[in-house]
Amino acid sequence: MEERRVNVTVNGEPKVADVEPRMLLAHFLREVLGLTGTHIGCDTTNCGACTVNFDGKPIKSCTMFAVQADGHEVETVEGISRASELHAVQEGFKEEHGLQCGFCTSGMMMTAKALLEENPNPTEEDVRWALSGNLCRCTGYQNIVKSVLWAAEKMRSEAAVRR
Amino acid sequence: MAQALDEIKIGGLGSSRKRVEDDRFLRGKGNYTDDFKLTGMLHMEILRSPVAHARIKSVDTTKAWQIPGVHMVLTGEMAAQHNLAWMPTLSYDTQAVLATDKVRFQGQEIACVVADDPYIAKDGCEAIEVEYEPLPAIVNPEQALASDAPLIRDDKVGQNDNVCYRWEVGDREGTERAFAQADKISTLRLHYPRSHPSPIECCGSIADYNPATTKLTVYMTTQAPHIIRSAVALVAELPEHMIRIISPDIGGGFGNKVPVYPGYVASILCSILLGRPVKWIEDKTGNLTSTGFARDMYIEGQLALRNDGKILATRFHADTDNGAFFSDAQPSKFKIGLFHSAFGCYDIPYGYQTAQGTYTNKAPGGVAYRCSFRITEAMFFQERMIRAAAFDLGMDQAEFRRMNLVKDDDFPHRTPFGFLLDSGQYEKCLDVALDAIGYQDFLREKEEARSRGRRLGIGISTMSEPLGAGNSREYDIIGIKMFDAAELRVHPSGKAILKIGAKTQGQGHETTFAQIVTHELGIPAPDIVVEHGDTDNTPYGMGTYASRSTPTAGAATAMVSRKIRAKARKLAAHLLEVSEEDVEWELGRFYVRGAHDRGVTIQDCAMAAYSNMPDGLEPGLENNAYYDPPNLTWPFAAYIVTVEVDPETGVWDVLRMVAVDDCGVRINPMIVEGQIMGGMTEAYAMANMQFITFDADGNCVGSNYMDYLLPTAWETPGFELHEVTTASPHHPIGAKGVGECAAVGGPAAFVNAVMDAIDDTGVRNIDMPLLPDRVWEAITYKRDVSGAPPVKTD
Repeated sequence: MEERRVNVTVNGEPKVADVEPRMLLAHFLREVLGLTGTHIGCDTTNCGACTVNFDGKPIKSCTMFAVQADGHEVETVEGISRASELHAVQEGFKEEHGLQCGFCTSGMMMTAKALLEENPNPTEEDVRWALSGNLCRCTGYQNIVKSVLWAAEKMRSEAAVRR
Repeated sequence: MAQALDEIKIGGLGSSRKRVEDDRFLRGKGNYTDDFKLTGMLHMEILRSPVAHARIKSVDTTKAWQIPGVHMVLTGEMAAQHNLAWMPTLSYDTQAVLATDKVRFQGQEIACVVADDPYIAKDGCEAIEVEYEPLPAIVNPEQALASDAPLIRDDKVGQNDNVCYRWEVGDREGTERAFAQADKISTLRLHYPRSHPSPIECCGSIADYNPATTKLTVYMTTQAPHIIRSAVALVAELPEHMIRIISPDIGGGFGNKVPVYPGYVASILCSILLGRPVKWIEDKTGNLTSTGFARDMYIEGQLALRNDGKILATRFHADTDNGAFFSDAQPSKFKIGLFHSAFGCYDIPYGYQTAQGTYTNKAPGGVAYRCSFRITEAMFFQERMIRAAAFDLGMDQAEFRRMNLVKDDDFPHRTPFGFLLDSGQYEKCLDVALDAIGYQDFLREKEEARSRGRRLGIGISTMSEPLGAGNSREYDIIGIKMFDAAELRVHPSGKAILKIGAKTQGQGHETTFAQIVTHELGIPAPDIVVEHGDTDNTPYGMGTYASRSTPTAGAATAMVSRKIRAKARKLAAHLLEVSEEDVEWELGRFYVRGAHDRGVTIQDCAMAAYSNMPDGLEPGLENNAYYDPPNLTWPFAAYIVTVEVDPETGVWDVLRMVAVDDCGVRINPMIVEGQIMGGMTEAYAMANMQFITFDADGNCVGSNYMDYLLPTAWETPGFELHEVTTASPHHPIGAKGVGECAAVGGPAAFVNAVMDAIDDTGVRNIDMPLLPDRVWEAITYKRDVSGAPPVKTD
């Protein structure tokens, strides 16, 4: 199959690759770029394990072709922490035991991060609604919701300090 | 003055220390099977049957071979040349690896294509032409047992019907006598629907056969790597020492990743034939349609009752729908697992149980989905039956339970089916739950609401389940007994590595097993690394399922720590220049009796083990322990749910959900609570939405996440957790299994709550899941609603 050139910014770095037009973005991230933190759980856009942020909005990368990302910005779980410092969302998941097997976690955190960037002070209901496109089989969600609220509070207090 | 160590601070027993696993997962640096990329690796995809029952007339692979990038097209016929078209199951039946004669369920494996990448492999599968001669499909036991039913297993010599097993247990005569003396007999019939554990990560493997060394390494999604190695050795006739199974991070298991699946076997065969690594990663439809389903059981039973509420006896029968092959993944010597653990927490003198399994044209592989081998069905039936009996007697459901629960001073208590319940405070758990929910207030609220046309309901479920298989007398897998093991090595600097035969899929073993060592030796938990999942580097163990890791491998961990402590004591005596008898132990430290300040730490002893050992003492500080538990562990739980049912739509909402778990001593309360919340959510899912059914042609309804509904954060209710602690009398640190209790005991609480909300309709049962249309039908037509798959009528 004829390959197409894709120019995409991933975690702030420009990437160029020639890929088959049928290649899914999730496979592009995992197989071509080696970013295996994005997981594939289902094939029907239901589970959200493959969620990445696409121009700042959470999308399911198993339902987008890599060629559709041409000229866009993608952020994956590997891009949200800097060196040894975890992002507040990551810290929240650790503090509140928001993960068990870890498979849904990347997608959950990407969705949560996008939510908090849009709504820094969400209610429990806001969080539950925002996460409703991400499935978790281990935790029962209660601790995931707490994790996101923990992160929201931390991000707000950090923002207050900066002001 | 030597300061005593604070066990909680150093991450010992009872510490909710944060998980050590989290750091890699949070950064996207976990290593799941699909994350491995080996040099020269090829990709395998499976062609599956689109029909449920058909004779295979031909499989033409010509076009698939012609696709550039395709390296291998493996058919059943080719597998048969290597004696691998069929494989044995854990229930002593056979299962097709790749179909040769017939397909027996929709989604069955027919051929595999190995190619440069998964896309080409999929192209290859599409290019295979299979000609089928359709046969009638059988989708439930009743159909399977009809005299004119087509024979599904015509491959088996001597198999003349669709029955795959018959089984009975208990005292038939005593039970009949007790029923003859009963004031009242209460009856219930229900179906526990077919479900699927459905971890988010599907199954997969990378088989890497090295023709130069003849060593086979398999990375795979297995909850039981050691037993898989033995199974591969036996099935594929490969030398066991030349097989290495690596079970890396697993994206959830819940029982789905215990069995051996055709995809694993095919990837191994393809790697051996090609001499290159072959990766197989299942898609969700493959996972839901072909790998281990759970439940699918029809149960009918009765309780013999005295008018004052005393239960005199129980008898019940189960028909299981086992699918096309009897591959129940259960290691007991009992044909229907631990189903006869039903009614164990109640003091009932007599019991008799029968069961029959049937072949149908549905996926095989009955697995213990977040439970020990059919106890979920047992506890569900028990608690639905208990509620029905209380209702029939006109008794309060809480008081009826209280009256019949085994009392604290009656332990050990032998059930009529032979189990020995060893400990518990059942009534206390019930009381904590009733208090938490505000039972009497709710009953008043319910009556008041009913008078205004609103339907509130309260459901209770109390149960003790046998967890932690096994003991070696009654539990084995392919003859290998159900013990577990731990190896502990303390390095010169006092840091340690613990290796266990169990394998986490999210339960946090790397965190909690270190805590057991900390409790026994006083080495801070962060100084202990836990290794698991690699058969070349861990002691033999049976894996993680049936809530068995803490009861077995956890016990082995405590025992090996004690062996280490015993040797360290000798080293301490040497260092302190006193005799061993004069050495006392406190957490992390030995000291001279009567001179508390004269002591050495466990770390001092570790260094001495390598640098300053006494004459005659072997150097080093390491050991292992194999632990064969004397009994199962018997946690107890009381779950109470309140709901409101909308009679106009049949939709029901959970108002509150209270869980009281007594799982013995808790190693890490945070992790235990996480397990309970996860289990409770699966219980809610089963009661509310989650099931796999089939149409009359055997088409699977529930073959992807658009049809197989799982609860999200939006609809999952909040939980209120409470605890009671009764230590296990035989486990070295008093712990009991817990991972599965809520999933086992929870469903009945939800269903009982809905039944309570419609208790004026005369409806005895609505089969799970309690979909709005089913509840609406029950309320509107005042009739029971069955969930059995429909049968074709001409």
